[in-house]
Amino acid sequence: MAGSVSLMACHECDLLLRVDHSFAEGVMKCPRCAAVLLKHKRHSLDLTLAYTITGLILFVISNAFPIIDFQFERQSTETILLSGVWELLDQDMYLLAGLVFVTTILAPFTQLVTLLYVFLPLKFNRIAPYTSEVFRFASALRSWSMMEVFMLGILVSTVKLASMGTIVPGIALWSFGILIFVLAATTSSLDPDLVWEKLGVSR
Amino acid sequence: MNDQTNTWITAAAVGLINCHSCGLLHKATPVHDYCHRCGASLHLRKPDSLSRTWAYLFAAYILYIPANVLPIMTTTSLGSVQSNTILSGVNYLLVSGSWLVALIIFIASIFVPVLKLMILSYLAISVQVRSSWHPRERARLYRLAEIMGRWSMVDIYVVTLMVALVKIQGLADIDADIGAVAFGAVVVLTMLAAMSFDPRLIWDNAEKNNE
Repeated sequence: MAGSVSLMACHECDLLLRVDHSFAEGVMKCPRCAAVLLKHKRHSLDLTLAYTITGLILFVISNAFPIIDFQFERQSTETILLSGVWELLDQDMYLLAGLVFVTTILAPFTQLVTLLYVFLPLKFNRIAPYTSEVFRFASALRSWSMMEVFMLGILVSTVKLASMGTIVPGIALWSFGILIFVLAATTSSLDPDLVWEKLGVSR
Repeated sequence: MNDQTNTWITAAAVGLINCHSCGLLHKATPVHDYCHRCGASLHLRKPDSLSRTWAYLFAAYILYIPANVLPIMTTTSLGSVQSNTILSGVNYLLVSGSWLVALIIFIASIFVPVLKLMILSYLAISVQVRSSWHPRERARLYRLAEIMGRWSMVDIYVVTLMVALVKIQGLADIDADIGAVAFGAVVVLTMLAAMSFDPRLIWDNAEKNNE
């Protein structure tokens, strides 16, 4: 990282600041509104790439295997991530099915794929075509990916159903639990300024 | 610290536009421009921020009524049909002794959406009347509203999972109901409202009143 002092504006209050970018790790906050201005992390690029790949593997496992097996009398119902969406479609609840699909499957998956598209070439000092557009899209997706909220939903449903029958956790439940932490780690290791800096130089 | 308040200079004040997407500073031009680095559309402030925020907020307020009055799911077991609204669901959990889960659902489904609607409405009004009152605290409120809204989705996911899991032939069946659609819409609309609101407006007014 170039140990440079440059002019920047706070993205939340528009305060103009002279900022020294040359700190290795930590967070710099706006002196006026306390918004996070810069977030530096050692090995940010490597970490983000590693977490993204881990996240993708866990995502596939989380979707391929059952989350919960609900047993009642001698019947058992297995649920994978998608079966809730199918069931809602079956009941003609298209909007609800769409909302659940986007927030628990499409947005997290697209976010991971787009990050891989940006960070894998960056690792080898290359830049894939349309990287800036793709990265902008990946950042916008973040608020629509709600895996951690879905996890809480699973826990609540488990408690609700516990009185009705037997609940057996599936493989996906475990991979899902880890995925939540990996996604959080991806977000915290990602330093957007580092990416923009690399992209800015190449243009 | 307080003496410093009058020496704050914003990018806008010296004719610079901060790219909303990548944070690169640009000279403000009379014609509409795009960021030289990331290609995002450049705006001094988010376009029509207040009108858009109000539009989403009004839509959310209207849908908040059916979201709470209409049932979010219907349970059919042994021929008897029972519909539950958000509030009766919380009540059911309380009665059956799961007070912790009842509390989680109450906070996520009732407390958070109401608080978020109130915070965003207050912020929009405060900007509308050009208030310069405690901008730092209002900025903090905005950040709070932005991060907490997503947790309201819990109930939607619970309904989805219940619908998928409880399909016991001839014994019990659960259907999602129209209230859940309205509630999902409220969550999405308040998210859009928070995204359209430009926190810089809070500070623009604080500055003008200081002069």
